[in-house]
Amino acid sequence: MSKPYVTLLGKAVRYITRLRGGGSALPGLFVEKIDPDFIKRTLSTLPQGVVVISGTNGKTTTTKMVVELLESQGLKVFTNRTGSNFTRGVAAALLGEVDNKGVIDADIAILELDEAHAVSFVKNVPPRYSLLLNVMRDQLDRFGEIDATAKMLAIIAKSTTETVVLNREDPRVAAIAGVLTYQKINYFGLSPKLAHLFPNDDEMRGKSAQTGKRQTLQAGVVLESLKEGVASFTMDGHSVSTALKLQGIYNVYNAAAALALAGVIVGETMDKEKLVAALAEITPAFGRGETVVIGGQPLELVLVKNPSGFRLSLSSFKPEGYATMIAINDNYADGRDMSWLWDVEFDSLKEAGVAEVTGMRAYDMALRLQYDEVLISHVEPDLTEALRHFITSNADSPKRIFCTYTSMLALRRELSKMTEVEVIS
Amino acid sequence: MNIYGDWGNVLVLKRRLEWHGYTVNLLEYNQGDKFPDNVDLVIGGGGQDSGQDNIQTDLLSISTKLHDLANDDVPMLMICGLYQLFGKFFKASDGHTIEGIGLLDIETHAGPERLIGNITTKSSEFGEIIGYENHSGLTFLGQGVQPLGHVIKGAGNNGQDDTEGARYRNVVASYLHGSLLPKNPHLADFLVEKAIIKKYGEFIPTVIDDRFADLAREAALKRPR
Repeated sequence: MSKPYVTLLGKAVRYITRLRGGGSALPGLFVEKIDPDFIKRTLSTLPQGVVVISGTNGKTTTTKMVVELLESQGLKVFTNRTGSNFTRGVAAALLGEVDNKGVIDADIAILELDEAHAVSFVKNVPPRYSLLLNVMRDQLDRFGEIDATAKMLAIIAKSTTETVVLNREDPRVAAIAGVLTYQKINYFGLSPKLAHLFPNDDEMRGKSAQTGKRQTLQAGVVLESLKEGVASFTMDGHSVSTALKLQGIYNVYNAAAALALAGVIVGETMDKEKLVAALAEITPAFGRGETVVIGGQPLELVLVKNPSGFRLSLSSFKPEGYATMIAINDNYADGRDMSWLWDVEFDSLKEAGVAEVTGMRAYDMALRLQYDEVLISHVEPDLTEALRHFITSNADSPKRIFCTYTSMLALRRELSKMTEVEVIS
Repeated sequence: MNIYGDWGNVLVLKRRLEWHGYTVNLLEYNQGDKFPDNVDLVIGGGGQDSGQDNIQTDLLSISTKLHDLANDDVPMLMICGLYQLFGKFFKASDGHTIEGIGLLDIETHAGPERLIGNITTKSSEFGEIIGYENHSGLTFLGQGVQPLGHVIKGAGNNGQDDTEGARYRNVVASYLHGSLLPKNPHLADFLVEKAIIKKYGEFIPTVIDDRFADLAREAALKRPR
């Protein structure tokens, strides 16, 4: 079957499945079966090569940030925008951009990849640069152990041909430098004053923090402070400060990662002014802190995938003045073992209480809240009913929903059916 | 060791004791610490296989202490990694053996694949026990222990003999996460009761509203493996 024919077929499949509403990779599967070499061949046409971003938390948001920072420098960027970070999702995204001859109009590809899928991807397509964000307890029912996840990230690093950017403050990620033989290494890091906001999984009720040792590594970008929405970074010795639209300390630390990677890619020709201007405008990615307006009140969706992510979300977004809903599913993409809820503290929700608890495992969540003595107004496992009830019972209040991945997809579908919803970010 | 949310077990015991009107002194024991006196309840969790190597020496150094407590009928809950190390040994996939404290008559061998998923077991003492397992170790029970329960859905100790966990005096050991105690309040109450009666001679419990636990159990039972 000749190549242009494959591209057209794939595009037709993509068009038909576009209605599914996010996270679709069926067209990619289709191309994968007919033309397995498609990804490698298409990406090899890019002058500045391929960049892979991986890790437990923050992939989608950081990828989006890197894309916007690079675009501010005039680069044409291809990315797997819809957050479908399995190999199939990359193929699907490529189909959407490729012309009928199989060429993409881009300078560079920035790809967010799930850790397990990245391993086979990089063997097929070695990236020029990679950014490894963190290793956390997440979906252990898929990966089995944190060390196994760290090993996957090490494989990505070893397959990288030029520079690897590592999180200095995550011991397992920083340790990857030790297995690299020829690649350049760059770090992003935190000021010691902020380190206490990011406990890693060992520190959570276990060994005490070991930040002192890591601080001696020189980091290309360091997040120095975040006060009232203004972030300060040290970037290659220079101080960079800007107000941000991004909220939450973990998002701002992801921005440090994005700055480090952008710096490595663009190098000396970096236009700092345009970079900072772009940084100031960045908003969270799909499903990671979107806000809609419904009935004149903002409703925020906050994705929670693992204990550290949930903890950071709770400390980043103060509950006062908001009606809070929590939606917990246990599908494959959400994590099937409910143990993870017990590694999150919910005391911060005691004063305001929780208005609504929903999802397939609503009662596991309610049970969790009971043991932290947090009062709950309503529990309803059915997401559609719970959402309606949450909105009507809290009509005069700004609202926030903490949700796992598939519950977020379901909630977004429900919200899009409500004609009175306006998406603002 | 706390990788798989076993903090839930500690929290549940602490909270239920508080709801019953007791003040709880929660002591953490880490490698190298002095083992505390006046221990009423001992809880241990799971960890990565690499964690097991790390704590082995230290655990052996407090072995006598733990044996004394167990034989004195102090209630204990041991999950996953510590369940294994309370046994005679754990034989890893590369052949090296990690010696356990031999408190439980069990032995564990690394298996070829992880046994992962929702699990339900039936226990004559505690009724249905509901949780989530995630282990590659295959544990086999000797004569000196009883199983905690028999597998209704899932793999259990080794996926072959239908047993799950182990029971010895007031020691309860299991592979179940979820965490184990939140959705299995009968088990939590057993440990609480044993601890209180041993210390104070009698236990007059408060009534705790376990409806969320009941509803969470119902929902969990409907979930696929």
